Amino acid sequence: MEKEKQKSFIDKIWDVFASVKMAVVIFFFIAASSMVGTVLEQNAEPEKNIKILTKMLGADAAPAAYTFFDRLGFLDMYHSWWFVASLLLFAANLIICSLERLPRVMKLVREPIRPIAVDHIEKMSIRKTLNIKAQHSKDKTSNLKERIESAIRKIGLAPKESLENGAQYYAEKGNYSRLGVYITHLSILIILAGAIIGLFFGFNAFINLPEGQMTSVAYKDSKGTEVPLGFELRCDNFEVSYYGDSDMPKAYRSWLSVFKDGKKVKEKSIVVNDPLTFEGVTFYQSSFGTIPDSAGRGIIVLKAVSKDGKSEQFNLKVGDKFTIPGTSVTGQITDFSPALTFDENGKTRTYDENMKNPAVFVEFSGLGTGPFSGWVFKRFPQTWNLPDGSRLEFMDVWGVEYTGMQVRKDPGVFIVYLGCIIMAFGLYMTFFMSHRRLWVGVTEDKGGTKIIIGASASKNKAAFEKKIEQLAEMINTGQKGGK
Amino acid sequence: MNSSFFFGLSTIAYIFAMISYIAYLTFKNKTVGLAATSITFVGVISQTFALGLRWSEFAELGQMGLIRAVPLTNLYESLIFFVWCLMIAYLIIEFKYKNRSFGAFITPVAALVLAFIDISGMSKNIQPLVPALQSNWLLAHVMMSFISYSMFAISFSTALMYLIMKTEKRTEPAYIFWTVMLAVFVLVLSAMGLDYISFKLSVKSQEELIRSYLFKASFRSSSSAVAVLSYTVAAAFIFFVWRFGGALRKLIAGFNISHETLDEITYKLIATGFPIFTLGGLIFGAIWADQAWGKYWTWDPKETWSLITWFFYAFYLHGRLMRGWKGKKVAMVAVLGFIAVIFTYLGVNLLLSGLHSYGAQ
Repeated sequence: MEKEKQKSFIDKIWDVFASVKMAVVIFFFIAASSMVGTVLEQNAEPEKNIKILTKMLGADAAPAAYTFFDRLGFLDMYHSWWFVASLLLFAANLIICSLERLPRVMKLVREPIRPIAVDHIEKMSIRKTLNIKAQHSKDKTSNLKERIESAIRKIGLAPKESLENGAQYYAEKGNYSRLGVYITHLSILIILAGAIIGLFFGFNAFINLPEGQMTSVAYKDSKGTEVPLGFELRCDNFEVSYYGDSDMPKAYRSWLSVFKDGKKVKEKSIVVNDPLTFEGVTFYQSSFGTIPDSAGRGIIVLKAVSKDGKSEQFNLKVGDKFTIPGTSVTGQITDFSPALTFDENGKTRTYDENMKNPAVFVEFSGLGTGPFSGWVFKRFPQTWNLPDGSRLEFMDVWGVEYTGMQVRKDPGVFIVYLGCIIMAFGLYMTFFMSHRRLWVGVTEDKGGTKIIIGASASKNKAAFEKKIEQLAEMINTGQKGGK
Repeated sequence: MNSSFFFGLSTIAYIFAMISYIAYLTFKNKTVGLAATSITFVGVISQTFALGLRWSEFAELGQMGLIRAVPLTNLYESLIFFVWCLMIAYLIIEFKYKNRSFGAFITPVAALVLAFIDISGMSKNIQPLVPALQSNWLLAHVMMSFISYSMFAISFSTALMYLIMKTEKRTEPAYIFWTVMLAVFVLVLSAMGLDYISFKLSVKSQEELIRSYLFKASFRSSSSAVAVLSYTVAAAFIFFVWRFGGALRKLIAGFNISHETLDEITYKLIATGFPIFTLGGLIFGAIWADQAWGKYWTWDPKETWSLITWFFYAFYLHGRLMRGWKGKKVAMVAVLGFIAVIFTYLGVNLLLSGLHSYGAQ
C-alpha cells in the first residue's frame, strides 16, 4: 500500500516533467528573466544600474527598484541559484521528454520495413498506379521484376522482394534520421555538462603584466584573489601597431615566455584571437595600458646606423648621450613624449598618456653642418634620417607598458566542443535527412498487370514525389526513362 | 566605378521593383509581374557586384587577405548584406512557389531598410578591422547569422499573412494579436521617424539619436500635452487597425495563395534558418568568443538575446507537433520570434551595452 502511494507520487512528478506545459513554463521563465538580465548591467557598480533604472522608472522609484532587483539576485542573475536551477529544470525536462518518446521512435527505427497489404499501399501519402498491357507483361514476370528492382536502385534505394499475395517490392532509406531530434537533445545536455565541469574545475582570471616582469599568479577579481598558475609567465615585450597615420590600433602583441622550475619552457607572441596555452591554462590578449607614475622611467631603445652601414643599438634614458658608430657624431636625448602631436601653430603637444605616438627630442653635435636637433618619432621612419646620411631608428620604449590578459583554465571546454559537433550532426539529421519508404505492389489484372506504387517521406515530400515520378516512368517504359 | 555606384543602382532597382510588385498585385497583369521580377533580378545582380567590389576595396585598405576582409563589420554593411540575403531568399521562393504576391510585402522591407540607411546618415565608410574582429570566424559567423535572419524575416511576413487570412472574429485572440502587432510595428517606426525629423540637427550619429532621443518627439516628450496626445493617437490607431483589419484579409484572400502554402513556407524557412542560426550564430559564435575572449559564453546581451531567439524558434518547431498548437498559435510564435531577431540584431547594439558593440558604429 505504502509502496504504491510512493510510486504514484514519482509517477506524478515524472508526468509533470514529461508534459509540454512544463517545457513552456520553463522556456518562458528562462527567456523572461534573461531579458531582465540584459537590461540591467551584470556585476556592475551600483551607480550604473541606478542610472539605468532612473532612466526607465524615474528618480523616485529607482532606489527601491534597485533594492528589489538586488534582493532577487538580478544584478548577477546568471549565477543566481534560481537561474541555475531553472537551467537544471530545463535539462531534466529535456531528458524526461526524450525518454518518454524514445522507445516508440526506436521501435520505428529498428523495425525493418515489411510488405503491406495492397489497400494500404493505395493509402500512402505519395501514390501512383500503372497499368501494363497484356502483350507487354507476356514477356515474363521475371523481366518486370528486374525492371522494378533496377528502377528502385536507380532512385537510390535497395529493393527487397516478397512473393506472398502477389509480388511486392519494398525499400527504405534514412530510418535513422528519426533519431536526429534525440541526438540534438543529447548534445544540449553534453554542452550543459561541459559547462558545469568548467564551473567546478576551472577558473577565469586576469593579469596586467608589465614589460619585463614575471608572475606566478593571476587574479580572480578586482579584490585581488590570487589563483596560482603552477608555472611562471614573463612579458618580454609589448607592442601596438596602428593603421597608417591614425590612432586606430591594428594589432596588439605581447611576447611571452613560460618558465618552469627556473627553466624557459615555452615562448610565444600572442595577439587577440591567437592565445598561448600551457598546461591547460590559456592566456588571451585582451587589453593594454601604461603603468601609472611610470613617466620618464621607460628605456628608450635607439639604433644608430652610419651612412656606411655600421650600426649599434642603445638603451637610453632622457639625458643620456650616444655616438653614431664609426663617426664622431654624438646625440643627446633631451625630451620624451608618449604621444606627440603638432597643433595648428606648429607647436608640440602631448595628447595622451599612453604610448600612442612616442617621440624623443635629440640634440646632435659634431655633424659638421652646425648644431642639429629635432623630434624622432617611433611610428614615422621619415623622421629617422640625419643630414649627413646616417640614420637614427627609434625601436621601442620599454618597461612602461603592461599587457592585460584574460587567463582561463577550463577542462570542460572540450566536452562543450564535442557537444557542439554532435549538435551540428543532430540538426543535420533532423532537418536535412528524411526517412523514405516505398512499396511497389504487382497484381495481375484482367488483360494486363497493375502496378501500385505507394511511398512516404518524413521530410521534403516534394523531392521524393519527383523521384517516384521518375520511378514510375522507368517501370512503364523500361530502362529508357531513367536518367 | 566603385561599390557605391552599384549599391545606388540596386537601391533604385528595389524601389522600382516595389512599385511594380504593388502594381502587379493591383492590376494582376502578367507583363507587369514579369517586369517586377526582372527588375528585382537586376537589383540583386548589381548588389552582388557591389558587395564583391566593397570586399576587395576593404581587403586593400585593411592590408589583409580576402578571407578576413569580410565587409560585414558595421551597421551599414550588415544592413546591406541583410537586404541582399532577403532578396535572394525571396527570388528563390517566388521561383519555387510560382507566386509573385509576396513581392509586394518583401520589396517594401528592402526599400525601407535602404531608406533608413540614407535618412539616418549612418557612416558608409570602410573602417579597418579592430583586433577582435581579425579572425577567420568573422566570415562564417556573421554571414550565417544574416542568412538565417533573412529567412526569419520572410517567415515573419508569411506567418503574419497566415494569421490575417485565418482569423475572422474580432474577439479572437489571434486576431487581436496580429492587429495590435501590426499597429505597434507601424507606430514604433513612425515615432522613430518623428524623432529623426525633430532631432536630426542636434545629434551627431544615429546611435546617439536612438540612445538619447528615442520617442522624445512623441511618447516621452518633455511636454506632457504632446505625450498624452501621442498615446491617444496610438490608442486610436490600434483601435482603427483592430476595427478594420478585416479589409486586409479580403486583400490577401485575393492573392490566390492558400493558407496551407503560407504555413508550409513559414515552416520550411524556419526549418532551414534554425539549424543555420544554431551552427553559425550560436556555435561558431561560441567558438570564436572562446578564442578571442577566453570565454565561450558570457551572458553578454547579444548572446543572451540570440539564445532567447533560439528558444522562440525551437518552441515553434516543437509546437507544430503538439496538439492544440498547430496553426494560429505557432504562427504567433513565428511572429514573436522575428521580433526577438530584430532586438538581437538592432536593439542590443543600439540600446544595451556589451562586448558585441561593433555593429553600432
